[in-house]
Amino acid sequence: MTSLSTAAQSGGLPPADEAAPPGPEKVRRRRRPLSSRALPYLLLAPALLFELLVHVIPMLTGVAISFLKLNAFYLRHWLQAPFAGFDNYAFSVNFNSAIGAGLLRSVGVTILFSVVVVSLSWLLGIFGATLLQRSFRGRAILRTIFLVPYALPVFASVIVWKFMLSQDTGMVNHVLSSLHLSDGKTFWLLGNNAFVSTAIVAVWRLWPFALLTLMAGMQSIPTDIYEAASVDGAGMWQQFRRLTLPMLKPVDQVLILVLFLWTFNDFNVPYTLFADSPPASADLVTIHIRQSSFITWNFGLGSAMSVLMLLFLLVVTVGYLFVTSRRTHDA
Amino acid sequence: MRKKALAFLSAALLAASGLAACSSGGSGSDANTITYWASNQAPSLQKDKEILTPRLAAFTKQTGIKVNLEVIAWDHLLDRITTATTSGDGPDVVNIGNTWSASLQATGAFVDFDSATFKKVGGKEKFLATSLSSTGAAGKAPTSVPLYGLSYGLFYNKKKFADAGIANPPTSWTEFVADAKKLTNPAKGEYGVSFAGASYTENVHFAYILGQQYGSDYFDASGKATFATPQNVKGVKRYLDWLGADKISIPSSAEHGQGQDAVADFTSGKAAMIMQQTGTTASIAAGGMKESDYGVVPLPIENPLPPGGRKITSFVAGINISAFKEKNTEAALKFINYMTSPAVQVDLNKQFGSLPVVGAATSDPAFQTPTKKVFVDVLRNSSKTMPMVVNESQFETTVGAALKDLVAQQATGKIASEADVKAALTAAQQKLTSGG
Amino acid sequence: MRESLSFKIVRAVGLAALTIFTLVPLYVMISTSIKPLGDVQNDFKWIPTTITFRPFVDIWSTVPLARYFINSVLVASISSIASVTLAVFAAYAISRYSFRGRELFRMTVLSTQMFPGILFLLPLYLIYVNIGQVTGIKLVGNLSGLIITYLTFTLPFSIWMLVGYFNSIPRGLDEAALVDGASPVRALLSIIVPAAKPGIVAVLIYSFMTSWSESLFASVLVDDSSRTLAVGLAEYSNYVGVYWNQVMAASIVVSIPVVVGFLLMQRYLVQGLTAGAVK
Repeated sequence: MTSLSTAAQSGGLPPADEAAPPGPEKVRRRRRPLSSRALPYLLLAPALLFELLVHVIPMLTGVAISFLKLNAFYLRHWLQAPFAGFDNYAFSVNFNSAIGAGLLRSVGVTILFSVVVVSLSWLLGIFGATLLQRSFRGRAILRTIFLVPYALPVFASVIVWKFMLSQDTGMVNHVLSSLHLSDGKTFWLLGNNAFVSTAIVAVWRLWPFALLTLMAGMQSIPTDIYEAASVDGAGMWQQFRRLTLPMLKPVDQVLILVLFLWTFNDFNVPYTLFADSPPASADLVTIHIRQSSFITWNFGLGSAMSVLMLLFLLVVTVGYLFVTSRRTHDA
Repeated sequence: MRKKALAFLSAALLAASGLAACSSGGSGSDANTITYWASNQAPSLQKDKEILTPRLAAFTKQTGIKVNLEVIAWDHLLDRITTATTSGDGPDVVNIGNTWSASLQATGAFVDFDSATFKKVGGKEKFLATSLSSTGAAGKAPTSVPLYGLSYGLFYNKKKFADAGIANPPTSWTEFVADAKKLTNPAKGEYGVSFAGASYTENVHFAYILGQQYGSDYFDASGKATFATPQNVKGVKRYLDWLGADKISIPSSAEHGQGQDAVADFTSGKAAMIMQQTGTTASIAAGGMKESDYGVVPLPIENPLPPGGRKITSFVAGINISAFKEKNTEAALKFINYMTSPAVQVDLNKQFGSLPVVGAATSDPAFQTPTKKVFVDVLRNSSKTMPMVVNESQFETTVGAALKDLVAQQATGKIASEADVKAALTAAQQKLTSGG
Repeated sequence: MRESLSFKIVRAVGLAALTIFTLVPLYVMISTSIKPLGDVQNDFKWIPTTITFRPFVDIWSTVPLARYFINSVLVASISSIASVTLAVFAAYAISRYSFRGRELFRMTVLSTQMFPGILFLLPLYLIYVNIGQVTGIKLVGNLSGLIITYLTFTLPFSIWMLVGYFNSIPRGLDEAALVDGASPVRALLSIIVPAAKPGIVAVLIYSFMTSWSESLFASVLVDDSSRTLAVGLAEYSNYVGVYWNQVMAASIVVSIPVVVGFLLMQRYLVQGLTAGAVK
C-alpha cells in the first residue's frame, strides 16, 4: 500500500517546479546564502530520518543477511553467523533444484497474477469512470458504493470472500447450483481455481482505486475539447478513443505501475485466504519468501530471494518508465 | 578478508542507527517479576486469561514473584519467539508447541534442563515418559519440559452408528472403511468421516502415525530424511483414499484448514467420525453436542499389523514450557515447577480439556472419565514422538504441503497411485535436503 | 452534449453489474453477522431464517475489541498526523527549492518501497530492540514502534501528492509573503497549508486507512495490551472454532470508522489526486 508516491516521483510526471525554475532562484537570492541553502535540507530532515530508520537501514541489513548462513543455529547471535558468499543466491537461482524451481514457479505465478489483476482492475476502473463521467441521477451514490471495498480493512474484505468461496456452505456454489451452472460442488480455493479466486478477491479490493484515480484524471480534461469533437461529428466511442484515452496517459503511467507494485508485493490477501500453505497456483512470492525465512528459519536464503525480487522490480520499473515516458513524449 | 568486511559493514550499520552491537541479554527486570507468554488453549484468548489469572495470583502469593501474562495466538507465537530469540528481548517463560522442541533447542536460546535444573522443577521422574520424549533431540539436554498433554482419538457419533446397525466402533482400518461406507450417503449430505486436509500440520500427523503403523520413520537414526519409503507411501495412500478411492469422506475436507472445520461437520451431523486431539472435546461442546452423544476410541490400526509395523495410534502431542536464557532463570524455574505441580496440572488441564503430563495428576477422577481415559492411555502407551530433529518444521511444511496438494487432487477426482505419492514425497525430501 | 440510447443502455447494464459485484460480499457480510452460528455452518441462505444480534454483543467479550479499538484509533491518528506534518515540510522543500540531492532522495525512497515487508520485518525488529537497549526508549511491545513504522509507510505517498498539490498553488502567493518579510516556514503555514487543504485532508485519510488495516508488522511489534484491531480480528477464529458470525460482526464494527471517514472525505481525495496526478 505504500509505494504509490515514490513510484510516481520517479515517474514520468513532469514536476511543476521544473516547469517554473525562476521561483526558487528568486527565493534563494533574497535569503542569506547559508541558511537558505540549508533550509530545504532542514525541511527534509525529519522525513529522511524516519525513512532511513524504518526502510533504508533494515533494507541494507536485509542485504547483509542475504550473505550469511543464518539458520536456527545462529538465530541468537546472528552477527556471528558464518559468511555464505553468494551461496544463498546460488541456491535461489539453481532452477534444477527443488528450491530454485519452487522460487521460479512462484515468481511466474506472481507475474501472471499481477498482470491479470492489474489489467482487470484498470479495465473495470476505466469502464466505471467512463460510465460515471457525466452526471445523472444516482451518480454520487453509485460512486460512493463502488469505493467501499477499497476502504474496508483487508482482513474484513478477504475473510468474507473466503466464506463465500467455501465449497460446502459458500454462497458462490449456492448461486451456481441454483442457476444450474454447475453441480455446486466446485472447489474454489483448491487447485487452479485458487488462482482465479485470489485474483477476483484482489480485483474486488483494488479496482475502486483505479476508478478513483481515473475519475480524478477525467475531471481535469477540459469539457470544451469534447464539445469541439462533438461538433466535428465524433461519436462517443471515438471521443473516448481519440480524446479520453490519450489525455489519461500520464495518469495511467503512474496508476498501472502503482497497481503492479501493490499486487506484486501483496501479502495480506493470499495470507488471509490460505495462511502459510497456499495451493501451488496461488503460491505468491511474498508467501513463498515467508516460507523460506520465517517458517523454515533460513533467513539468509529468504533475504537473498527478497533481494532478487527487489532487483527484478527495479529493472521492471525502470524499464517500464523508460518505455512509457518515451511513448508519452512521442505522442 | 570478506568476513572482516562483512563484520565491518554490520557494525557500521548498527553504528549508523546509533546503536551499539549488543544483541543479547539486558533483561533489566527486577528479580521478583517474570514475563510469561502463554499459548492459546481455550475458546478465546480472553478465556485463557481468565483461566490462568487465578493460578498466577496463587503463585505470586506463594513465592512473591509477580507474573506478567501475555496470551499469544498460535498464528503469531512462532514469529514472536523467533524475533525474541534473535533480538534477545523476550519473555522469561514461554509455551511452545512440543514438535518445535528440537528446532528451538538448536537456537540455544532456552535454558538447558540438565539434571541440576530438572531438580529445580521437581525432577525428571515426575513427568510422563512419553511426554518427556518430546522435549528435544536425543542425547542432548532438553530445553523444555511438558506442560499440557494431547493425543489423537477417534470420535464417533453414537446415534449414527446405532442407526446404521454398527455395534462397535472400528479397531482396524478395514473395519473403519467398511463402517464409514455404511455411514456415507452423499444424497443426504452424510459422510463417514471429515478431516482437515488443507491443514499441513494435521496432514503430517497422519502421514507420520500411519507411517509408523506400516513400520517406517521419516528420519533415520542419524537424522537423515527418509520420506519416500514404501511403508510411508502406503501410509499416505491409506490417508488419501478416504477422499479418493474409498469415498467415505465429506469432499470439503480437502479445503478444511483447521481441525475445527472437521469438528463443525461432526457436530452438525454431516460426518459420523472425526480423528482429532484431546482438546477437541471443548469445541464439540461449543458446537452443541453432549458428551453422551459421542464415544472415543483409539485410532484404528492395520490388522494384521504389517511386518515391522508398530501399534502407534497417535504422536505425542502437547504443549511444552521453556525458560529463556539470560533472564530471571531462578524465578522462571520456580514458575515452571509450579505449573507442572500435580494440583495445578489437574486444575489447568481440566479447564483446557488437555491431559496432565505428570504421573501424579493422571489418577485424578477428572481424567478417569471413559473419554479422558482413552486419551490418557493412548498418550501413555501407543504414542510416538514426532521426529526430534532440527528441521522438524521443514518436515512439517514440506510433507504437509505435499499432502495438501494430493488431498486436493483426490477431491477433484484424480485418484493418486502409489507412484504419485512416492513422487510427491521424494520432491518434498529434495526441498528439505537442499535447503542448507 | 447528447447521449445516445445505446450508451444509456450500456451504462445502465454496466453500472448494475458493477454494483452487484461490489455489494454482494457486503450483503453476505451483513447477513452473516445476524445469523446464529448453527445457521452459518449449514447451507448458505440469502435470507436469514433466524435473526439474532447476539454476535454484535458477543464480539466485545470474545476478544477485548474495545481496547484494540482504542489502540487502533491512537496508532492511526498519531501516525497519520505525524506523517502528514513531515510530508508538508518535505513537499514544500521539493516544490519550492531546487537543491542538490533531490533526485537521490526520490530514488532512495522509491527503492525502499519495493522491498517486501515480510523481509525487513526482522531487521526492523532488531533495530528497534537495539534502540531500546541503548537509549531506554521502548519501541517494541507498545504502540510507539508501530506509530513510527506506519508513518513511514505513508510518508512517500503523502509527499508525492502534496508536491503535486503545492505545485498547483501559484508561487506568487508565498513569494508575496516572503517579500513582506515572513519566514519561509511562516509562509508555508499561513499561505500554502490553507490553500492545500484538500490535498492535506486526502493524504490524511489515506494514511489513516493504511495504518488502520495493517496487520503484519502489528502482529510482531506489539504485545497484548497494545494490540490493534487488524490483528485482533483474526482472534475470532481460534483453537476451538471459527465464529463466522462474530467475525463478520466484528469486521463491520471495525470497518465503520474508516468507511464513513473515507466516504465523507472522498471529495477531497478526488481533488487531491486531480492536482497530484494530473498535469
